[in-house]
Amino acid sequence: MTLTEKILARAAGKTKTIPGDNVWVDVDVLLTHDVCGPPAIGIFKREFGENAAVWDRKKLVIIPDHYIFTKDVYANRNIDILRSFASEQQLPYYYDVGTENYKGVCHVAMPELGFTRPGEVLFGTDSHTCTAGAFGQFATGIGNTDAAFIMGTGKLWVKVPETMKFIFEGEIPPYIMAKDLILQIIGDIGVDGATYRAMEFTGDGVMRMDMEGRMTLTNMVIEAGGKNGVVEPDETTFNYVRERTNHPFDPVYNSPDAKYHSVRVYKSSELEPMVAKPHSPDNKATVTEVKGTKLTRAYIGSCTGGKISDFEAAAKIIKGNELKIDTYVVPATTEVKRQLREVTFEGQTLWDIFESAGCHMGEASCAACLGGPSDTFGRLNHEEICISTTNRNFPGRMGSKKSQVYLASPYTVAASAIAGVITDPREYLPVTV
Amino acid sequence: MKKIVGKAFVLGDDIDTDQIIPAEHLVYSLDKPEEKKFYGRFALSGVPDSVSGLPEGGIPFTQPDKFESDFQIIVAGKNFGCGSSREHAPFALQVAGIKAVIAPGYARIFYRNAIDGGFLIPYECFESLNGTIKTGDELEIDTDLDLLHHKASDKQYPLRPLGDVADIVEAGGIFEYARKNKMF
Ligand code: SF4
Repeated sequence: MTLTEKILARAAGKTKTIPGDNVWVDVDVLLTHDVCGPPAIGIFKREFGENAAVWDRKKLVIIPDHYIFTKDVYANRNIDILRSFASEQQLPYYYDVGTENYKGVCHVAMPELGFTRPGEVLFGTDSHTCTAGAFGQFATGIGNTDAAFIMGTGKLWVKVPETMKFIFEGEIPPYIMAKDLILQIIGDIGVDGATYRAMEFTGDGVMRMDMEGRMTLTNMVIEAGGKNGVVEPDETTFNYVRERTNHPFDPVYNSPDAKYHSVRVYKSSELEPMVAKPHSPDNKATVTEVKGTKLTRAYIGSCTGGKISDFEAAAKIIKGNELKIDTYVVPATTEVKRQLREVTFEGQTLWDIFESAGCHMGEASCAACLGGPSDTFGRLNHEEICISTTNRNFPGRMGSKKSQVYLASPYTVAASAIAGVITDPREYLPVTV
Repeated sequence: MKKIVGKAFVLGDDIDTDQIIPAEHLVYSLDKPEEKKFYGRFALSGVPDSVSGLPEGGIPFTQPDKFESDFQIIVAGKNFGCGSSREHAPFALQVAGIKAVIAPGYARIFYRNAIDGGFLIPYECFESLNGTIKTGDELEIDTDLDLLHHKASDKQYPLRPLGDVADIVEAGGIFEYARKNKMF
């Protein structure tokens, strides 16, 4: 069995599952946020009663992150609903807005808080819940009804997916980031190329990545329609998780006889910096093909491109340069924001590097990654042409339907912010790398 | 025999959930009738005008002063409902009056949400029909025989049987299904 099949079999109390089986699994963690939490809570109460208690207080994690710094009354009401539910149910893992506890983007906060544990089953009311597969967890997005069902029962049905394997052989060149790998794959297989399937990433190119790089890969499996992404856990995984939680976990690995839907092999040395052109994540081009394309804005943030390693990469390129276009820097979480003020490159903190280059500095949240209310930080309200480290560029995703979004790695976004046109990061990286 | 009858609204490939219900509208309550109706008002408002209602486009799914659409069945291209996990997407279509979608394939979270929430029936067709059927055409779906009848051409098109999930569709959603099967 593959790792995914094994996790689901164990969670279903079976010794074996095969792809296509529908199984009812016990859920280890349920995640929700401010957009989908309130309707899920509404359904939970409607179906299980006004005074029903959730199945397990310690397994429900609520992380408001989407519409945080807005005057929109409806959006703020959503936070109120979460707050009163958390207090009524006495939930230990609610990370309230405006408190010390506030975290920001859930998919980056979840690992920071130790909720992404190898071998477990995580469901979340957000499609990028698949990010946690980087830790060898089965993690996938669900809707409000399914979340409400879990709140009451602790169970959900899933169809066991086939697994597609993606192998990156050899060392990844220093100008290539995890984002280039995943944009390449999505461009190759299309936005529905992995629908209903698991995507596993492996090979020494992947296994040498730190957890944040692996998270960038698994984050975007949903952009290929994938159900979950997965990287087999190893010492890198265990070290990261053990530093953040004492919670026991039981990792699972692929069996030697595991069967795959398909296997694709990439030679890491042949990879190129990639973009996804408007208006689809699979509309791939190499940076070389589109270099010189005029831009009006750059955006560095979100669950896939707003981690500390993403900012370290961007800062390496931006330091000492002036920027030609408005550039927005949005740390995914408060922890990342704190690190921006601590981590240095050539003696300067990342925060200082961005600020002195004239970047607009945002608060930890999803911000303009999904457009949001019209007063959202960095939102594309007009006919902007934006290059972004986020994960989606469907029409109107970051605000106005009239805007265009190019997706790229933090290196490419940073280099393009300096030049004001799409630019190959190799032009700005020190020659030694 | 159960029939779903209505007018077609035709769309292209890869209609994502931001087009089905743009993120800025996700703030309304899903229960309060005076707010819920806005989901019907803004359903499919993220679709670029030029491709809204094929083949010509330029047809608003819901008229600007209305909360319900004049169309009851969506005929779309591949990968309908891709993007975010927002259940507001099938919900908004239901509020607008959509009973079924017909597409060659769906993004899995949309498909699941549509069925588990009992919002609408996501039927798979065997070949793309969004080049054959025009916005406004009268359609009839026979849910027992899994057949689509296109009145303008008087042609019948087979739809893929719902298989495993037919029981959940039949029950009207995952809660009804679970109760029927004494799961809680
Ligand atoms: S950062 Fe963007 S993709 Fe990630 S959870 Fe927030 S809105 Fe979704």
